[in-house]
Amino acid sequence: MTGPAVDTVEDAAASALAEQPFVELGLKEDEYERIREVLGRRPTQTELAMYSIMWSEHCSYKSSKVHLRQFGAIPKGDRMLVGMGENAGVVDVGEGLAVTFKVESHNHPSYVEPYQGAATGIGGIVRDILTMGARPVLVMDPLRFGDADHPDTARVLPGIVAGIGGYGNCLGLPNIGGEVVFDPSYQGNPLVNALCLGVLNKDRIQLSAARGVGNVVVLLGAKTGRDGIGGVSVLASATFDEGGPAKRPAVQVGDPFTEKLLIESCLEMYDADLIAGIQDLGGAGLTCALTETAAAGRSGMLAHLDRVPLREASMEPHEVLASESQERMLAIVEPRHLEAVLAIARKWGVLATAIGEVVEGDRLTVLWHGETVVDVPPASLADEGPVYDRARARPADLDELRTRQLPAYPDVTADLLLRMVASPNLCSRRWVVEQYDRVVLGDTVLAWPEDAGVVRLSEETGLGVALATDGNGRYTRLDPYAGAQLALAEAYRNVAVTGAIPIAVTNCLNFGSPEDPEVMWQFAEATRGLADACTALGTPVTGGNVSFYNSTAGAPINPTPVVGVLGLFDDVSRRTPMGFQEAGETLLLLGDTRDELGGSEWAWAEHRHLGGTPPQVDLAREKLLGEVLVSGSRDGMLSSAHDLSDGGLAQVLVESGLAKGVGARVVLPAGQTPFVQLFSESAGRALVSVPRSEELRFTEMCGARGLPCTRIGVTDGTSLDIQDVLEIELEQLRAAYEGTLPALFGPLAGGTAAAPAGPALLRPAADLETRQPDLG
Amino acid sequence: MKIGVVTFPGSLDDRDAQRAVRLAGLEAVALWHADPGLHGVDAVVLPGGFSYGDYLRAGAIASVSPVMATIKEQARGGLPVLGICNGFQVLCESHLLPGALTRNQGLRFINRDQRLRIAQKATAWTADLADEVTVPVKNGEGAYVADERTLDELEAQGRVIAYYAGGNPNGSLRGIAGISNAAGNVVGIMPHPEHAVEHLTGPGTDGLAFFTSVASGARV
Repeated sequence: MTGPAVDTVEDAAASALAEQPFVELGLKEDEYERIREVLGRRPTQTELAMYSIMWSEHCSYKSSKVHLRQFGAIPKGDRMLVGMGENAGVVDVGEGLAVTFKVESHNHPSYVEPYQGAATGIGGIVRDILTMGARPVLVMDPLRFGDADHPDTARVLPGIVAGIGGYGNCLGLPNIGGEVVFDPSYQGNPLVNALCLGVLNKDRIQLSAARGVGNVVVLLGAKTGRDGIGGVSVLASATFDEGGPAKRPAVQVGDPFTEKLLIESCLEMYDADLIAGIQDLGGAGLTCALTETAAAGRSGMLAHLDRVPLREASMEPHEVLASESQERMLAIVEPRHLEAVLAIARKWGVLATAIGEVVEGDRLTVLWHGETVVDVPPASLADEGPVYDRARARPADLDELRTRQLPAYPDVTADLLLRMVASPNLCSRRWVVEQYDRVVLGDTVLAWPEDAGVVRLSEETGLGVALATDGNGRYTRLDPYAGAQLALAEAYRNVAVTGAIPIAVTNCLNFGSPEDPEVMWQFAEATRGLADACTALGTPVTGGNVSFYNSTAGAPINPTPVVGVLGLFDDVSRRTPMGFQEAGETLLLLGDTRDELGGSEWAWAEHRHLGGTPPQVDLAREKLLGEVLVSGSRDGMLSSAHDLSDGGLAQVLVESGLAKGVGARVVLPAGQTPFVQLFSESAGRALVSVPRSEELRFTEMCGARGLPCTRIGVTDGTSLDIQDVLEIELEQLRAAYEGTLPALFGPLAGGTAAAPAGPALLRPAADLETRQPDLG
Repeated sequence: MKIGVVTFPGSLDDRDAQRAVRLAGLEAVALWHADPGLHGVDAVVLPGGFSYGDYLRAGAIASVSPVMATIKEQARGGLPVLGICNGFQVLCESHLLPGALTRNQGLRFINRDQRLRIAQKATAWTADLADEVTVPVKNGEGAYVADERTLDELEAQGRVIAYYAGGNPNGSLRGIAGISNAAGNVVGIMPHPEHAVEHLTGPGTDGLAFFTSVASGARV
């Protein structure tokens, strides 16, 4: 079957005035004029499709670029080997090793098709890391959903969790943490962010530049199909697709087994030093990979598009170029290494096809059965897209929100504490994380429910990393500048409580429409706040992702910058866990507690109240707290350490007690009311437990460094006993804490009760009822 | 003593099994699915993962790979073989062990630290085990099923090597977590002993005993 005759460069030159559907493709009049100017003629249909994709917000960052430049101005320190602009930043961690890490969004696909959307989100970020030359070694996923009890959350959440598990588990990557947050602003627009970290020898970084005339362009991995042509959905319109098959789903379908083989084969090629340049195929597929590799190398490139292995023979050239079929990489290979590359691909059962070559000049030329359908300067697509400094306006309702009176503070009762720990945003995430393999690769030192995930990189020395992601949409709604800083501060603190030194940052900036001036103001404030805070904390931004257009029915999501902080361990065996270890440890509260409940979990969970101002930001204090926590870990003074954030001290006492079933007797200091002391969300705080033998040494260290340190009790018994306030058995707290998600989304596998296993209890699996995850 | 660890396309816990072998004081030898040679190993571990993506049935395609042809033959002659998780599935698909592993009760993947009651220590892989051990379980298709007669036989002949304790994570019939062949040289277990070999990264070191057992057996 052959489609209609393609529109060639020759045709385009001959019919300069032909009408073209640039508006339908999402291009503006002046953008279209610029394309004509660059080419000196009208674009061919295929070229027009390529420009519309590469100049889209998703690929060009045209609305965010002017603001993201601030991240480039943050001092780099001496560890950054590759910064923003490549697929992911690379950080020197010593011992000849480097790590590369990045967080990205896959929000809209996951709403449309939860399982595949989330699965391919993992697949995409893993390929970004692989592209840098690294072996991926862990994933994390910060997730945000609508209200926990909304019927659509029951559709979306199980599918997304199953998709993340289904793909990540099959790749053999431990999932060491993330977030699950519920808020109605994400109803209809859940946030599915995915983070991956990889490890490489620091002299083996791979870059994307295509250089060396005569080098071969090799497409590795899956065949190219019509899936995922939808970033620009009108491509399937009659103009472009007459006689072709019907529209295909815009969400890609993942095949983790193929990705696993792609990973192993690429790593083997890197090890043999066979690859001159490499780029993953993600959003915008081949269009992006061809133009970016050629532009980065300042090279010309010739591609024979008809050599691309297709799932459907009837595909048109623009479809081949736009397809977002998963599990593909584009490698630039010297001719003398081609046979070795093909042999490794064969060994792993990976398809490898030479589709083009690096040529003289600076044009990307694409042939389709001998006819030239594309002839463009690649930089015009990859680097020279439009840039907008969009209008910004402070939200009209912000003053009202920020001055909104908080509800009256209640007396603290056992019932209040039980309701809080059972509330959707504070309760146990066991239902989610048990679906993820957290131990594969055998290097996971800490994972959920710890504050940060910790992974060992070297068995010989114990070198390792800690990672945490955080974000608080309510704080950022009330104050985007402070909210972004609080997200960074919390992730920084979460890394520091484990004993790791925070060294670098990645971020995923989830916002509404950039064409809404109020959203753009939030974005500008949040990026400014994050850049300032990264400078203050000495943690450079290594890369990240912007996700705009997160809104439903015109209402944007709460602005949600998700910040990931990387920490470094010289030896992971000194990590500090978050749970109380045994009776008799002294409890010390580090930092200052103020009356700060604006935007708090208490106000939201108990009153659906969002108003006031978020907690004060004190980055110097965060840094000092981090230093003390790292010193305490180094000198072996700490039995446990837990960051204070959502839900305040009360939440931390419960979580640290439940970890190993060790209770606590607490005497709240004079000053603030018990309610404020237990539920305030003041930043810059942590609760540590220290053996009695270390108490004096630790408190003297805090005193000498000027960090407030208050003795608030001792670990003991099997209950949480807060003198003159309440006493609750840990098991009662555990039931409340563990019960919420299973009640909403179905029982935990096998239950948690210690019921004896026996034939009477069991039926063949096939008969069992169940909540089939949304497999699409 | 040399222990071979097979890598199939899609094996995931192969390097972890090699580490466990080393920590047990033995030498780990990487074996490749397409190579029928066993390279002089004294025992074989089939590791966890998703061999060939588990796209047909878990373990089905691996069971007909070149290396498995050799392993099947030598296992019948007494070669100690331990199949963990996907490896257990491969052993069942290879008919070295009876029964099958099916989708978990509840249909969700499950990863947690799991207590096991050890029921049989007279096998090549279980001699050094304590009466109760804790090792991680992590599987999507870990529900052990067989017909009633086979289950009765396995229990009567002492071929159930481990039962789940403190809750059955996947709906395995009679709470069976692992079984052996009649000779006791071939053992399949759904939970992952290779992930309980270091205090730093596991719930403890209970899993090491699986690997030390095979060494003590060889010395007898």
